Amino acid sequence: MFRNQYDTDVTTWSPAGRLFQVEYAMEAVKQGSACVGLRSRTHAVLAAANKAASELSSHQRKVFRVADHAGVALAGLTADGRVLSRFLRSECINHAFVYDAPLPVSRLALRLADKAQVCTQRSWKRPYGVGLLVAGLDESGAHLYYNCPSGNYFEYQAFAIGSRSQAAKTFLERKFKGYDDYTPEQLIRDALSAIKETLQGEKLTSSNCTLAIVGRKDDGTVEPFEMIDAKRIQEIIDSMEAAEETPVAAAEPSSTQEEDKGTDAAPMDI
Amino acid sequence: MAWQQPMDGSHASGSKVAAADGPGTQRTQYPYVTGTSVIALKYKDGVIMACDTGASYGSTLRYKSVERIKAVGKHSLIGASGEFSDFQEILRYLDELTLSDHMWDDGNSLGPKEVHSYLTRVMYNRRNKFDPLWNSLILGGVKKGPKGEEKYLGMVNMIGTHFEENHIATGFGNHLAIPILRAEWREDMTFEEAVKLVEKCLLVLLYRDRSSINKFQIAKITTEGATIYPPYSLKTNWGFAAFENPSKGAVGSW
Repeated sequence: MFRNQYDTDVTTWSPAGRLFQVEYAMEAVKQGSACVGLRSRTHAVLAAANKAASELSSHQRKVFRVADHAGVALAGLTADGRVLSRFLRSECINHAFVYDAPLPVSRLALRLADKAQVCTQRSWKRPYGVGLLVAGLDESGAHLYYNCPSGNYFEYQAFAIGSRSQAAKTFLERKFKGYDDYTPEQLIRDALSAIKETLQGEKLTSSNCTLAIVGRKDDGTVEPFEMIDAKRIQEIIDSMEAAEETPVAAAEPSSTQEEDKGTDAAPMDI
Repeated sequence: MAWQQPMDGSHASGSKVAAADGPGTQRTQYPYVTGTSVIALKYKDGVIMACDTGASYGSTLRYKSVERIKAVGKHSLIGASGEFSDFQEILRYLDELTLSDHMWDDGNSLGPKEVHSYLTRVMYNRRNKFDPLWNSLILGGVKKGPKGEEKYLGMVNMIGTHFEENHIATGFGNHLAIPILRAEWREDMTFEEAVKLVEKCLLVLLYRDRSSINKFQIAKITTEGATIYPPYSLKTNWGFAAFENPSKGAVGSW
Protein backbone atom coordinates (compact mmCIF):
# COMPACT_ATOMS: atom_id res chain seq x y z
CA MET A 1 0.00 0.00 0.00
CA PHE A 2 1.44 3.33 -0.95
CA ARG A 3 0.69 6.85 0.15
CA ASN A 4 -1.73 8.40 -2.34
CA GLN A 5 -4.13 11.26 -2.79
CA TYR A 6 -7.24 9.35 -1.66
CA ASP A 7 -6.12 8.31 1.79
CA THR A 8 -6.49 11.50 3.82
CA ASP A 9 -10.14 11.10 4.84
CA VAL A 10 -12.00 7.99 5.79
CA THR A 11 -14.92 9.40 3.83
CA THR A 12 -13.00 9.60 0.56
CA TRP A 13 -13.30 6.72 -1.87
CA SER A 14 -10.44 5.84 -4.15
CA PRO A 15 -11.24 5.41 -7.86
CA ALA A 16 -10.78 1.69 -7.36
CA GLY A 17 -13.53 1.69 -4.75
CA ARG A 18 -11.34 1.44 -1.65
CA LEU A 19 -11.38 3.31 1.62
CA PHE A 20 -7.69 3.58 2.39
CA GLN A 21 -8.09 4.84 5.94
CA VAL A 22 -10.06 1.70 6.80
CA GLU A 23 -7.37 -0.45 5.23
CA TYR A 24 -4.66 1.40 7.14
CA ALA A 25 -6.62 0.75 10.32
CA MET A 26 -6.51 -2.96 9.50
CA GLU A 27 -2.74 -2.63 9.16
CA ALA A 28 -2.65 -1.45 12.76
CA VAL A 29 -4.18 -4.76 13.77
CA LYS A 30 -1.39 -6.60 12.02
CA GLN A 31 1.17 -4.69 14.06
CA GLY A 32 -0.26 -5.78 17.41
CA SER A 33 1.02 -8.91 19.11
CA ALA A 34 -0.71 -12.13 18.18
CA CYS A 35 -4.01 -13.47 19.46
CA VAL A 36 -5.57 -16.82 18.76
CA GLY A 37 -9.11 -18.12 19.19
CA LEU A 38 -10.59 -21.56 18.68
CA ARG A 39 -13.78 -23.36 19.59
CA SER A 40 -15.44 -26.72 19.84
CA ARG A 41 -19.20 -27.28 19.99
CA THR A 42 -19.25 -26.54 23.69
CA HIS A 43 -16.14 -24.52 24.56
CA ALA A 44 -14.24 -21.53 23.21
CA VAL A 45 -10.64 -20.63 24.03
CA LEU A 46 -8.73 -17.38 23.57
CA ALA A 47 -4.98 -17.06 23.83
CA ALA A 48 -2.74 -14.03 23.44
CA ALA A 49 1.00 -13.49 23.21
CA ASN A 50 2.05 -10.91 25.75
CA LYS A 51 4.51 -8.26 24.73
CA ALA A 52 5.91 -6.04 27.43
CA ALA A 53 7.45 -2.71 26.43
CA SER A 54 10.47 -3.43 28.59
CA GLU A 55 11.55 -5.80 31.30
CA LEU A 56 10.58 -3.20 33.87
CA SER A 57 6.97 -2.80 32.75
CA SER A 58 3.96 -5.07 32.90
CA HIS A 59 2.55 -6.36 29.65
CA GLN A 60 -0.53 -4.92 28.02
CA ARG A 61 -3.84 -6.55 28.85
CA LYS A 62 -5.20 -8.14 25.70
CA VAL A 63 -7.90 -10.48 26.97
CA PHE A 64 -11.01 -9.08 28.65
CA ARG A 65 -14.03 -10.71 30.19
CA VAL A 66 -17.09 -9.05 28.76
CA ALA A 67 -19.76 -11.07 30.59
CA ASP A 68 -20.00 -14.40 32.32
CA HIS A 69 -20.63 -16.02 28.99
CA ALA A 70 -18.28 -14.06 26.73
CA GLY A 71 -14.86 -12.43 26.42
CA VAL A 72 -12.58 -10.81 23.85
CA ALA A 73 -8.94 -10.91 22.84
CA LEU A 74 -7.65 -7.95 20.90
CA ALA A 75 -4.75 -6.97 18.69
CA GLY A 76 -3.82 -3.47 17.62
CA LEU A 77 -4.35 -0.20 19.46
CA THR A 78 -5.06 -1.55 22.92
CA ALA A 79 -6.52 1.76 24.07
CA ASP A 80 -9.20 1.44 21.41
CA GLY A 81 -9.65 -2.14 22.52
CA ARG A 82 -10.16 -1.16 26.11
CA VAL A 83 -12.88 1.32 25.17
CA LEU A 84 -14.63 -1.25 22.98
CA SER A 85 -14.47 -3.83 25.76
CA ARG A 86 -16.21 -1.36 28.02
CA PHE A 87 -18.89 -0.91 25.34
CA LEU A 88 -19.35 -4.67 25.01
CA ARG A 89 -19.68 -5.04 28.77
CA SER A 90 -22.29 -2.31 28.81
CA GLU A 91 -24.29 -3.99 26.03
CA CYS A 92 -24.24 -7.33 27.83
CA ILE A 93 -25.29 -5.80 31.13
CA ASN A 94 -28.15 -3.83 29.56
CA HIS A 95 -29.46 -6.91 27.81
CA ALA A 96 -29.24 -8.97 30.99
CA PHE A 97 -31.10 -6.26 32.90
CA VAL A 98 -34.06 -6.21 30.53
CA TYR A 99 -34.24 -9.89 29.58
CA ASP A 100 -32.59 -11.61 32.55
CA ALA A 101 -30.60 -13.66 30.05
CA PRO A 102 -27.14 -13.54 28.41
CA LEU A 103 -26.81 -11.60 25.17
CA PRO A 104 -26.33 -14.13 22.36
CA VAL A 105 -22.80 -13.90 20.94
CA SER A 106 -23.87 -13.26 17.36
CA ARG A 107 -25.90 -10.25 18.46
CA LEU A 108 -23.00 -8.98 20.56
CA ALA A 109 -20.67 -9.24 17.56
CA LEU A 110 -23.21 -7.40 15.41
CA ARG A 111 -23.47 -4.48 17.81
CA LEU A 112 -19.71 -4.19 17.86
CA ALA A 113 -19.56 -4.33 14.07
CA ASP A 114 -22.23 -1.64 13.73
CA LYS A 115 -20.30 0.60 16.10
CA ALA A 116 -17.13 0.09 14.05
CA GLN A 117 -18.98 0.82 10.82
CA VAL A 118 -20.09 4.22 12.08
CA CYS A 119 -16.45 5.26 12.27
CA THR A 120 -15.95 4.42 8.62
CA GLN A 121 -18.65 6.82 7.52
CA ARG A 122 -18.08 10.01 9.48
CA SER A 123 -15.54 12.57 8.38
CA TRP A 124 -14.82 13.63 11.95
CA LYS A 125 -14.06 10.12 13.19
CA ARG A 126 -11.39 7.55 12.56
CA PRO A 127 -11.82 3.79 12.46
CA TYR A 128 -10.97 1.84 15.62
CA GLY A 129 -7.45 0.46 15.22
CA VAL A 130 -8.11 -2.84 16.89
CA GLY A 131 -9.25 -6.29 15.80
CA LEU A 132 -11.24 -8.32 18.31
CA LEU A 133 -11.71 -12.03 18.67
CA VAL A 134 -15.07 -12.38 20.43
CA ALA A 135 -15.56 -15.75 22.09
CA GLY A 136 -18.69 -16.76 23.93
CA LEU A 137 -21.32 -19.28 24.78
CA ASP A 138 -25.03 -19.12 24.17
CA GLU A 139 -28.03 -21.34 23.59
CA SER A 140 -26.76 -22.55 20.25
CA GLY A 141 -23.32 -23.50 21.56
CA ALA A 142 -19.86 -21.95 21.64
CA HIS A 143 -18.97 -19.24 19.13
CA LEU A 144 -15.94 -17.34 17.92
CA TYR A 145 -16.20 -14.13 15.91
CA TYR A 146 -13.59 -11.84 14.45
CA ASN A 147 -14.55 -8.15 14.35
CA CYS A 148 -12.31 -5.95 12.25
CA PRO A 149 -11.98 -2.15 12.03
CA SER A 150 -13.89 -2.11 8.76
CA GLY A 151 -17.10 -3.06 10.55
CA ASN A 152 -17.11 -6.55 9.08
CA TYR A 153 -17.37 -9.59 11.24
CA PHE A 154 -17.17 -13.30 10.56
CA GLU A 155 -17.69 -16.43 12.53
CA TYR A 156 -14.75 -18.80 12.78
CA GLN A 157 -13.92 -22.25 14.03
CA ALA A 158 -10.40 -21.00 14.69
CA PHE A 159 -8.55 -17.81 13.84
CA ALA A 160 -5.44 -15.80 14.61
CA ILE A 161 -4.72 -12.08 14.32
CA GLY A 162 -1.77 -9.78 14.95
CA SER A 163 1.87 -9.98 14.04
CA ARG A 164 3.15 -13.35 12.80
CA SER A 165 -0.41 -14.66 13.01
CA GLN A 166 0.07 -16.39 9.66
CA ALA A 167 2.22 -18.98 11.37
CA ALA A 168 -0.56 -19.63 13.86
CA LYS A 169 -3.18 -19.74 11.10
CA THR A 170 -1.15 -22.31 9.19
CA PHE A 171 -0.99 -24.45 12.30
CA LEU A 172 -4.73 -24.09 12.91
CA GLU A 173 -5.65 -24.77 9.31
CA ARG A 174 -4.12 -28.19 9.56
CA LYS A 175 -6.20 -29.21 12.54
CA PHE A 176 -9.44 -27.21 12.75
CA LYS A 177 -11.67 -29.86 11.14
CA GLY A 178 -11.67 -31.93 14.30
CA TYR A 179 -12.23 -29.04 16.68
CA ASP A 180 -16.00 -29.51 17.05
CA ASP A 181 -15.41 -32.60 19.15
CA TYR A 182 -12.31 -31.46 21.00
CA THR A 183 -12.24 -31.50 24.78
CA PRO A 184 -11.42 -28.23 26.53
CA GLU A 185 -7.96 -29.54 27.35
CA GLN A 186 -7.24 -30.26 23.70
CA LEU A 187 -8.46 -26.80 22.69
CA ILE A 188 -6.15 -25.21 25.26
CA ARG A 189 -3.18 -27.18 24.03
CA ASP A 190 -3.77 -26.23 20.42
CA ALA A 191 -4.26 -22.58 21.39
CA LEU A 192 -0.93 -22.59 23.19
CA SER A 193 0.74 -24.38 20.30
CA ALA A 194 -0.63 -21.79 17.90
CA ILE A 195 0.70 -18.95 20.05
CA LYS A 196 4.02 -20.72 20.22
CA GLU A 197 4.17 -20.61 16.41
CA THR A 198 3.98 -16.83 16.54
CA LEU A 199 6.84 -16.51 18.97
CA GLN A 200 9.34 -17.59 16.33
CA GLY A 201 11.70 -19.66 18.42
CA GLU A 202 11.27 -17.75 21.66
CA LYS A 203 10.37 -20.10 24.49
CA LEU A 204 6.71 -20.24 25.45
CA THR A 205 6.25 -19.64 29.16
CA SER A 206 3.34 -18.56 31.32
CA SER A 207 4.76 -15.05 31.46
CA ASN A 208 4.53 -14.40 27.73
CA CYS A 209 1.03 -15.69 27.08
CA THR A 210 -2.51 -15.29 28.42
CA LEU A 211 -5.22 -17.91 28.17
CA ALA A 212 -8.97 -17.81 28.77
CA ILE A 213 -11.80 -20.30 28.31
CA VAL A 214 -15.60 -20.36 28.40
CA GLY A 215 -17.91 -23.30 27.87
CA ARG A 216 -20.62 -25.67 28.94
CA LYS A 217 -19.95 -29.07 30.46
CA ASP A 218 -21.82 -32.18 29.34
CA ASP A 219 -24.14 -32.04 32.32
CA GLY A 220 -25.25 -28.55 31.33
CA THR A 221 -23.40 -26.48 33.92
CA VAL A 222 -21.80 -23.39 32.49
CA GLU A 223 -18.12 -22.70 33.04
CA PRO A 224 -18.04 -18.89 32.96
CA PHE A 225 -15.44 -16.97 31.00
CA GLU A 226 -12.27 -16.79 33.01
CA MET A 227 -8.55 -16.37 32.56
CA ILE A 228 -6.46 -19.36 33.41
CA ASP A 229 -3.85 -18.48 36.02
CA ALA A 230 -0.16 -18.45 35.24
CA LYS A 231 0.67 -21.49 37.36
CA ARG A 232 -1.77 -23.70 35.49
CA ILE A 233 -0.59 -22.38 32.15
CA GLN A 234 2.96 -23.31 33.09
CA GLU A 235 1.83 -26.80 34.11
CA ILE A 236 0.11 -27.26 30.75
CA ILE A 237 3.14 -25.96 28.86
CA ASP A 238 5.38 -28.30 30.81
CA SER A 239 3.21 -31.31 30.09
CA MET A 240 3.04 -30.38 26.41
CA GLU A 241 6.82 -30.20 26.23
CA ALA A 242 7.19 -33.49 28.09
CA ALA A 243 4.82 -35.14 25.62
CA GLU A 244 6.91 -33.81 22.74
CA GLU A 245 10.19 -35.12 24.15
CA THR A 246 9.04 -38.73 24.50
CA PRO A 247 9.13 -40.46 21.09
CA VAL A 248 5.88 -40.04 19.18
CA ALA A 249 5.85 -43.56 17.65
CA ALA A 250 6.23 -45.81 20.68
CA ALA A 251 8.02 -48.42 18.55
CA GLU A 252 9.62 -49.96 21.60
CA PRO A 253 7.12 -49.60 24.38
CA SER A 254 8.96 -50.30 27.57
CA SER A 255 7.12 -50.58 30.83
CA THR A 256 9.49 -48.14 32.55
CA GLN A 257 8.74 -45.46 29.99
CA GLU A 258 5.02 -45.81 30.55
CA GLU A 259 5.52 -45.48 34.28
CA ASP A 260 7.50 -42.30 33.68
CA LYS A 261 4.65 -40.84 31.70
CA GLY A 262 2.40 -41.60 34.64
CA THR A 263 4.48 -39.46 36.98
CA ASP A 264 4.43 -36.44 34.66
CA ALA A 265 2.39 -33.28 35.36
CA ALA A 266 -0.91 -34.10 37.03
CA PRO A 267 -3.97 -34.37 34.79
CA MET A 268 -5.46 -30.97 34.28
CA ASP A 269 -8.61 -29.98 36.00
CA ILE A 270 -9.74 -27.16 33.78
CA MET B 1 -64.63 -0.67 42.75
CA ALA B 2 -62.06 1.97 43.42
CA TRP B 3 -61.52 2.80 39.79
CA GLN B 4 -65.07 3.26 38.61
CA GLN B 5 -65.59 6.60 36.94
CA PRO B 6 -66.60 9.03 39.67
CA MET B 7 -70.15 10.32 39.32
CA ASP B 8 -69.35 13.89 40.25
CA GLY B 9 -67.67 16.30 37.90
CA SER B 10 -64.18 15.76 39.25
CA HIS B 11 -62.87 13.97 36.21
CA ALA B 12 -64.25 16.59 33.89
CA SER B 13 -61.85 19.16 35.22
CA GLY B 14 -59.05 16.61 35.55
CA SER B 15 -57.70 15.75 38.96
CA LYS B 16 -54.75 17.71 40.24
CA VAL B 17 -51.96 15.25 40.77
CA ALA B 18 -48.78 16.48 42.40
CA ALA B 19 -46.34 17.02 39.53
CA ALA B 20 -47.28 19.35 36.71
CA ASP B 21 -48.42 17.92 33.40
CA GLY B 22 -49.00 20.07 30.39
CA PRO B 23 -52.41 21.70 29.97
CA GLY B 24 -54.94 19.25 28.57
CA THR B 25 -52.99 16.17 29.68
CA GLN B 26 -54.05 13.69 32.31
CA ARG B 27 -52.56 10.67 33.91
CA THR B 28 -54.22 7.29 33.64
CA GLN B 29 -56.77 7.07 36.37
CA TYR B 30 -59.07 4.18 35.56
CA PRO B 31 -59.52 1.49 32.94
CA TYR B 32 -62.49 1.33 30.56
CA VAL B 33 -62.89 -2.10 28.99
CA THR B 34 -61.67 -4.78 31.34
CA GLY B 35 -61.18 -8.51 31.44
CA THR B 36 -61.56 -10.40 34.68
CA SER B 37 -59.56 -13.25 36.23
CA VAL B 38 -56.97 -15.43 34.52
CA ILE B 39 -55.67 -18.58 36.21
CA ALA B 40 -52.67 -20.71 35.34
CA LEU B 41 -50.75 -23.64 36.74
CA LYS B 42 -47.77 -25.85 35.92
CA TYR B 43 -48.49 -29.47 35.10
CA LYS B 44 -46.51 -32.45 33.86
CA ASP B 45 -46.02 -31.40 30.23
CA GLY B 46 -45.91 -27.65 30.69
CA VAL B 47 -48.25 -24.86 31.72
CA ILE B 48 -52.01 -24.59 31.46
CA MET B 49 -53.83 -21.25 31.43
CA ALA B 50 -57.54 -20.41 31.40
CA CYS B 51 -59.91 -17.47 31.52
CA ASP B 52 -63.32 -16.44 30.32
CA THR B 53 -63.88 -14.65 27.04
CA GLY B 54 -65.66 -11.61 28.44
CA ALA B 55 -64.71 -7.94 28.56
CA SER B 56 -66.78 -5.53 30.65
CA TYR B 57 -67.41 -1.84 30.19
CA GLY B 58 -67.85 -0.82 33.77
CA SER B 59 -70.75 -2.92 35.03
CA THR B 60 -71.95 -3.86 31.54
CA LEU B 61 -70.84 -7.20 30.08
CA ARG B 62 -70.07 -5.55 26.77
CA TYR B 63 -67.97 -8.04 24.78
CA LYS B 64 -68.44 -11.76 25.03
CA SER B 65 -65.96 -13.27 22.59
CA VAL B 66 -62.64 -11.82 23.57
CA GLU B 67 -59.40 -13.80 23.54
CA ARG B 68 -57.44 -12.87 26.62
CA ILE B 69 -54.77 -15.56 26.23
CA LYS B 70 -52.31 -15.42 23.36
CA ALA B 71 -49.20 -17.29 22.28
CA VAL B 72 -45.88 -15.45 22.38
CA GLY B 73 -43.06 -16.74 20.21
CA LYS B 74 -42.51 -20.48 20.24
CA HIS B 75 -42.28 -21.04 23.94
CA SER B 76 -44.78 -18.91 25.85
CA LEU B 77 -48.37 -17.94 26.56
CA ILE B 78 -49.56 -14.61 27.92
CA GLY B 79 -52.88 -14.05 29.67
CA ALA B 80 -54.14 -10.67 30.77
CA SER B 81 -56.81 -9.19 32.97
CA GLY B 82 -57.52 -5.47 33.23
CA GLU B 83 -57.71 -2.90 30.45
CA PHE B 84 -58.07 -4.75 27.18
CA SER B 85 -56.65 -1.99 24.97
CA ASP B 86 -53.48 -2.01 27.06
CA PHE B 87 -53.26 -5.77 26.51
CA GLN B 88 -53.50 -5.17 22.78
CA GLU B 89 -50.66 -2.66 23.05
CA ILE B 90 -48.58 -5.15 25.00
CA LEU B 91 -49.22 -7.73 22.29
CA ARG B 92 -47.86 -5.27 19.73
CA TYR B 93 -44.68 -4.77 21.78
CA LEU B 94 -44.30 -8.52 22.06
CA ASP B 95 -44.89 -8.89 18.35
CA GLU B 96 -42.00 -6.53 17.59
CA LEU B 97 -39.84 -8.37 20.07
CA THR B 98 -40.56 -11.87 18.81
CA LEU B 99 -40.33 -10.82 15.18
CA SER B 100 -36.87 -9.33 15.48
CA ASP B 101 -35.81 -12.28 17.57
CA HIS B 102 -37.07 -14.64 14.88
CA MET B 103 -35.38 -12.69 12.09
CA TRP B 104 -31.98 -13.20 13.64
CA ASP B 105 -32.32 -16.86 12.72
CA ASP B 106 -29.30 -17.65 14.84
CA GLY B 107 -30.48 -20.57 16.90
CA ASN B 108 -31.43 -18.39 19.86
CA SER B 109 -35.00 -17.64 20.82
CA LEU B 110 -36.73 -15.70 23.58
CA GLY B 111 -37.92 -17.98 26.32
CA PRO B 112 -40.68 -17.27 28.88
CA LYS B 113 -38.16 -15.98 31.43
CA GLU B 114 -36.83 -13.38 29.00
CA VAL B 115 -40.33 -12.26 27.97
CA HIS B 116 -41.40 -11.99 31.60
CA SER B 117 -38.34 -9.95 32.47
CA TYR B 118 -38.95 -7.65 29.50
CA LEU B 119 -42.59 -7.12 30.45
CA THR B 120 -41.61 -6.42 34.05
CA ARG B 121 -39.28 -3.66 32.86
CA VAL B 122 -42.02 -2.19 30.66
CA MET B 123 -44.69 -2.30 33.37
CA TYR B 124 -42.48 -0.86 36.07
CA ASN B 125 -41.18 1.93 33.88
CA ARG B 126 -44.70 2.92 32.87
CA ARG B 127 -45.75 2.92 36.53
CA ASN B 128 -42.92 5.26 37.36
CA LYS B 129 -44.23 7.70 34.77
CA PHE B 130 -47.68 7.55 36.36
CA ASP B 131 -48.99 6.17 33.10
CA PRO B 132 -49.44 2.46 33.75
CA LEU B 133 -50.57 -0.29 31.45
CA TRP B 134 -53.56 -1.27 33.53
CA ASN B 135 -53.13 -5.04 33.44
CA SER B 136 -52.21 -8.07 35.45
CA LEU B 137 -50.27 -10.34 33.15
CA ILE B 138 -49.54 -14.04 33.49
CA LEU B 139 -46.62 -15.40 31.50
CA GLY B 140 -46.22 -19.16 31.18
CA GLY B 141 -43.99 -21.33 29.02
CA VAL B 142 -41.61 -24.22 28.55
CA LYS B 143 -38.10 -23.89 27.22
CA LYS B 144 -35.21 -26.27 26.91
CA GLY B 145 -32.50 -25.13 29.29
CA PRO B 146 -29.07 -26.63 29.90
CA LYS B 147 -30.65 -28.94 32.48
CA GLY B 148 -33.51 -30.15 30.28
CA GLU B 149 -37.03 -28.85 29.77
CA GLU B 150 -37.81 -26.08 32.18
CA LYS B 151 -41.37 -24.97 32.92
CA TYR B 152 -41.87 -21.31 33.76
CA LEU B 153 -44.84 -19.48 35.21
CA GLY B 154 -44.76 -15.89 36.37
CA MET B 155 -46.89 -12.82 36.73
CA VAL B 156 -46.42 -9.06 36.57
CA ASN B 157 -48.99 -6.39 37.32
CA MET B 158 -49.56 -2.71 36.62
CA ILE B 159 -47.28 -1.53 39.39
CA GLY B 160 -44.45 -3.80 38.34
CA THR B 161 -44.77 -6.39 41.09
CA HIS B 162 -43.59 -9.66 39.64
CA PHE B 163 -42.91 -13.19 40.85
CA GLU B 164 -42.82 -16.83 39.74
CA GLU B 165 -44.97 -19.60 41.16
CA ASN B 166 -46.40 -23.02 40.42
CA HIS B 167 -49.93 -21.59 40.20
CA ILE B 168 -51.01 -18.01 39.62
CA ALA B 169 -54.28 -16.11 39.34
CA THR B 170 -55.23 -12.50 38.66
CA GLY B 171 -58.08 -10.35 39.88
CA PHE B 172 -60.82 -12.23 41.68
CA GLY B 173 -58.91 -15.41 41.01
CA ASN B 174 -56.52 -14.35 43.76
CA HIS B 175 -59.32 -14.61 46.31
CA LEU B 176 -61.42 -17.43 44.91
CA ALA B 177 -59.08 -19.66 42.90
CA ILE B 178 -55.79 -19.50 44.77
CA PRO B 179 -57.15 -21.15 47.94
CA ILE B 180 -58.37 -24.07 45.81
CA LEU B 181 -55.06 -24.28 43.95
CA ARG B 182 -53.06 -24.18 47.14
CA ALA B 183 -55.08 -27.07 48.53
CA GLU B 184 -55.21 -29.25 45.43
CA TRP B 185 -52.24 -28.48 43.14
CA ARG B 186 -49.58 -31.18 42.93
CA GLU B 187 -46.34 -31.52 41.03
CA ASP B 188 -46.65 -33.30 37.65
CA MET B 189 -50.41 -33.44 37.24
CA THR B 190 -51.62 -34.93 33.98
CA PHE B 191 -53.37 -32.69 31.48
CA GLU B 192 -56.77 -34.14 32.38
CA GLU B 193 -56.18 -33.60 36.11
CA ALA B 194 -55.00 -30.06 35.46
CA VAL B 195 -58.08 -29.26 33.36
CA LYS B 196 -60.35 -30.60 36.10
CA LEU B 197 -58.67 -28.42 38.69
CA VAL B 198 -58.84 -25.39 36.42
CA GLU B 199 -62.53 -25.98 35.71
CA LYS B 200 -63.23 -26.24 39.41
CA CYS B 201 -61.71 -22.77 39.86
CA LEU B 202 -63.44 -21.34 36.80
CA LEU B 203 -66.80 -22.56 38.08
CA VAL B 204 -66.38 -20.84 41.42
CA LEU B 205 -65.38 -17.67 39.61
CA LEU B 206 -68.41 -17.96 37.35
CA TYR B 207 -70.75 -18.24 40.33
CA ARG B 208 -69.18 -15.55 42.44
CA ASP B 209 -67.52 -12.96 40.13
CA ARG B 210 -70.19 -10.73 38.63
CA SER B 211 -67.98 -9.77 35.68
CA SER B 212 -67.38 -13.35 34.53
CA ILE B 213 -69.36 -15.07 31.79
CA ASN B 214 -70.02 -18.72 31.02
CA LYS B 215 -67.67 -18.99 28.07
CA PHE B 216 -64.13 -20.10 28.72
CA GLN B 217 -60.92 -20.79 26.89
CA ILE B 218 -58.23 -23.14 28.07
CA ALA B 219 -54.73 -22.93 26.64
CA LYS B 220 -51.66 -25.02 27.16
CA ILE B 221 -47.99 -24.63 26.32
CA THR B 222 -45.68 -27.60 26.03
CA THR B 223 -42.46 -28.40 24.21
CA GLU B 224 -44.59 -29.00 21.14
CA GLY B 225 -45.86 -25.44 21.20
CA ALA B 226 -48.93 -23.48 22.22
CA THR B 227 -52.52 -24.71 21.87
CA ILE B 228 -55.49 -22.47 22.56
CA TYR B 229 -58.65 -24.54 22.65
CA PRO B 230 -61.95 -23.26 21.25
CA PRO B 231 -64.32 -21.64 23.76
CA TYR B 232 -66.77 -23.79 25.68
CA SER B 233 -69.19 -23.49 28.59
CA LEU B 234 -69.38 -25.15 31.96
CA LYS B 235 -72.48 -26.76 33.36
CA THR B 236 -73.92 -24.76 36.21
CA ASN B 237 -76.37 -25.82 38.84
CA TRP B 238 -79.00 -23.39 40.03
CA GLY B 239 -81.44 -25.97 41.34
CA PHE B 240 -81.36 -24.86 44.92
CA ALA B 241 -84.54 -24.62 46.95
CA ALA B 242 -83.86 -21.00 47.83
CA PHE B 243 -83.86 -20.10 44.14
CA GLU B 244 -87.28 -21.68 43.49
CA ASN B 245 -89.29 -18.73 44.60
CA PRO B 246 -86.71 -16.08 45.38
CA SER B 247 -89.12 -13.40 46.51
CA LYS B 248 -91.02 -15.66 48.91
CA GLY B 249 -90.76 -14.15 52.33
CA ALA B 250 -89.19 -10.99 51.04
CA VAL B 251 -90.18 -7.75 52.67
CA GLY B 252 -91.13 -5.06 50.22
CA SER B 253 -93.64 -2.30 49.60
CA TRP B 254 -94.60 -3.49 46.22
